[in-house]
Amino acid sequence: MFATFGYGVLLLTFLMALYSIGASLFGYFRKDQKWVESARLSMLLTFPMLSLVSASLIYLLVTGNFNVKFVYEVTNRAMPLYLKITSWWGGQAGSLLFWSWLMSAFATAVTFRKWARDREFLPWVVIVCSVTMVFFMGLSIFFENPFETFWQTMDGQIVPALFRPTNAIPFTAPDGQGLNPLLRHPGMIIHPPMLYLGFVSFVIPFAFAIAALATGRTDDRWIRITRRWALWAWLFLSLGLVLGGRWAYDVLGWGGYWGWDPVEIAAFMPWLSGTAFLHSVMIQEKRGLLKHWSMILIILTYCLVIFGTFLTRSGVLSSVHAFAQSAIGPSFFTFIFVTFVISVALLLWRWADLKSENQMTSMLSREALFLLNNLLFISILVICFWGVIFPLISELATGQKVTVGPPFYERATGPLFATLVLLMGIAPLSAWGHSTIKTLGKAVWKPLVAATLAMAGVVTYFLLNRSIINDYFPYALIGFFVVIFSAFVTLYEFWRAANARAHAQNENIFLALWRLAGRNRRRYGGYTIHLGVVLMAIGIIGIEMFQTSTQRTMKIGESMEIAGYTIRYDSLAQFEHTDGRWVTRAEVSVFRDGKFLGTLAPRYDLYPDGQPMTIPGVRSTVVDDLYVLLVNWEGVNAQVAPFKVYHNPLVNWLWFGAIIFIFGTLVAAWPDKDPESVAVSARKPRETVPAGITD
Amino acid sequence: MKSPRIKFILGGLLILAAVVYLIFSSTQASAQYFLTVDELIAKGDTLIGRDLRVSGAIIGDNIQYDPQTLELKFTVAHVTGDNAQIETDGGLAAVLHQAVIDPNRNHLQVIYVGVKPDLMRNEAQAIMTGKMGADGIFHADELLLKCPTKYEQALPDQVSGQ
Repeated sequence: MFATFGYGVLLLTFLMALYSIGASLFGYFRKDQKWVESARLSMLLTFPMLSLVSASLIYLLVTGNFNVKFVYEVTNRAMPLYLKITSWWGGQAGSLLFWSWLMSAFATAVTFRKWARDREFLPWVVIVCSVTMVFFMGLSIFFENPFETFWQTMDGQIVPALFRPTNAIPFTAPDGQGLNPLLRHPGMIIHPPMLYLGFVSFVIPFAFAIAALATGRTDDRWIRITRRWALWAWLFLSLGLVLGGRWAYDVLGWGGYWGWDPVEIAAFMPWLSGTAFLHSVMIQEKRGLLKHWSMILIILTYCLVIFGTFLTRSGVLSSVHAFAQSAIGPSFFTFIFVTFVISVALLLWRWADLKSENQMTSMLSREALFLLNNLLFISILVICFWGVIFPLISELATGQKVTVGPPFYERATGPLFATLVLLMGIAPLSAWGHSTIKTLGKAVWKPLVAATLAMAGVVTYFLLNRSIINDYFPYALIGFFVVIFSAFVTLYEFWRAANARAHAQNENIFLALWRLAGRNRRRYGGYTIHLGVVLMAIGIIGIEMFQTSTQRTMKIGESMEIAGYTIRYDSLAQFEHTDGRWVTRAEVSVFRDGKFLGTLAPRYDLYPDGQPMTIPGVRSTVVDDLYVLLVNWEGVNAQVAPFKVYHNPLVNWLWFGAIIFIFGTLVAAWPDKDPESVAVSARKPRETVPAGITD
Repeated sequence: MKSPRIKFILGGLLILAAVVYLIFSSTQASAQYFLTVDELIAKGDTLIGRDLRVSGAIIGDNIQYDPQTLELKFTVAHVTGDNAQIETDGGLAAVLHQAVIDPNRNHLQVIYVGVKPDLMRNEAQAIMTGKMGADGIFHADELLLKCPTKYEQALPDQVSGQ
């Protein structure tokens, strides 16, 4: 009943979105606002309608209606309520609907903005949003229907179908399969929605970009409108990536946070092009340069968002051939191809209108350095893309399956990431328009001297602790230098501006910093993000270059050593958890130099269906993490347990930096409500205040 | 060299060259050949010492593990690397089962030093990275296991650790 209702409303919403596209096109070419307005109202309704569809699915999930195939696949009776709800995006069919629902929320939100100054954009924004929704709803309706139910045919077979096959009777499974235990983690519950929010919200800047191209209003108006959308999109995407990393670290039990898995890369690629986009639009706003480039980047980001959804959802990457078997594969490729071709055609059509208003003259000017930053991001993107498709290419070309793993990505992107961090340090110090070695040197020398002194400290530390020096040491030194230099530049920038204001306004330095950041949130939000990146880089250098691990099978009372720590195996407990999993929990004591530091409890959970889960016991400090795993309990005598221990230096800086990073993005993206802008808008009509005028 | 345009074009070419170099040298340095047991045996000695990735079905009876030395020895049977073939043969689980019970399949002996992974069991698919020894035994540095689970496949592959 609810399944039929949900499907019916979904079908209706699909037709309404089709209507929005048609009415918009008709209204645009007939220059008839009534039709466009009708299309707008129709799009406005998609969110309430899809909310009804989603509510039906959630109702089915929560009440455990195992007549519905999707409910059967992702829930079971034993699961707690919140997991039943979140299993909405635990499987492919549900997560595609979830995608459409989020998209409709953004589409509906965008219909509510004040369109008075941007009437001509409206039909095209409606078209782009609706086309995207039609595609995703179409996938739900035709290929991955979450409302399919089970039927028992005359010959006793159970088949999933939407409508009753002839002579079949409804079949309800006694219990469902349940959500994969690895997905039953808070990180995994928030991670997909964040990633999807990031994906979906990049559609809005793309829609305005297409509107700008289609209408020929190719000034930077579309950029000013969508600056905040893009920042929020970027925020969600970053959060999604960070949470995914944290989930891997906490749950997967391999001592790391990022494995260059194609699925991870699929989510990382739109982030890379989106980051490049956020930087290139600043150049367009400030100097009227790189207009074609910004367009290319947003088109690329949109295509990568669709591509990323496809890769993360369809399981294609477990094999290069699978997409031919999966029904949604060809649809995705066709959709990406068609939107890409149309977007690029529009861009070429308007190519001449997007001429630069200025010329880039100086290699060291800020715009030139921004351009370099963009090229580096795109280079990293190309490397990632190459890594993902290389197995495909080599198989097509030679018939031999050749893959590239994490070493490929680390080796190829490492130097580029280091250059990016260095650039992050230099670029804020160079001037717009014209910069020379001399002017730049004058701005750079103080942080450079400070960084050199700090490096002396780092080198001394390594010389005193020769045992930790490994093959990566020279690279680590370059890494540390770049990171420290960038950190000093950023802090110096904060200090210099705050100090100047403190003197001028006679404020204390913290108040001055607060007010300064409040007045120019885009700039100082950006610097805060840079600071976050620098801190994350410290963590990444630490764990990537200095991680050590060891493994040993211990009897109770025995101990093992790693990086100056002693880990003693104390006791073991086995019990059944209330949700049915069989828990094996070891307790170990951690010592350093004979001093007791605490106990850790690595765990090994075995779910009733045989799915194991290895939860580490982690001692986390600013300096390092001690990551203790109880590995593979099966068939080992209760007195003897195999342990694997990782020593992850500095890794906490990664998470700490990520928090700073997110905070900085919030500062930059938060809607303006500060007294200054209210004062401005009191003098002028509000709508004439361009959104991003502050920097 | 006076014109800024030329400088920018040169700079761009320089970056392009650097990226192309990075891609190709890194691909060369870290490419791994993905082979089936049959292919490995067919190519024989030519592959000794090269970085390889081999997959096969684990034969449960031959798993030997010494928890003290952490030496894990096992044997895998050939399974096809063609996913379309796997699909037509009734899915991964059926293919793995077939491989293990078929006495005529090519087998490969593997040595791995490390804690026995969770999923090391009969009819699991092992994906091993390592080198072929002159002794005809595959020395794995990394061991990845896949079990056909009933759950929807929505997980990264390195779940099973190294």
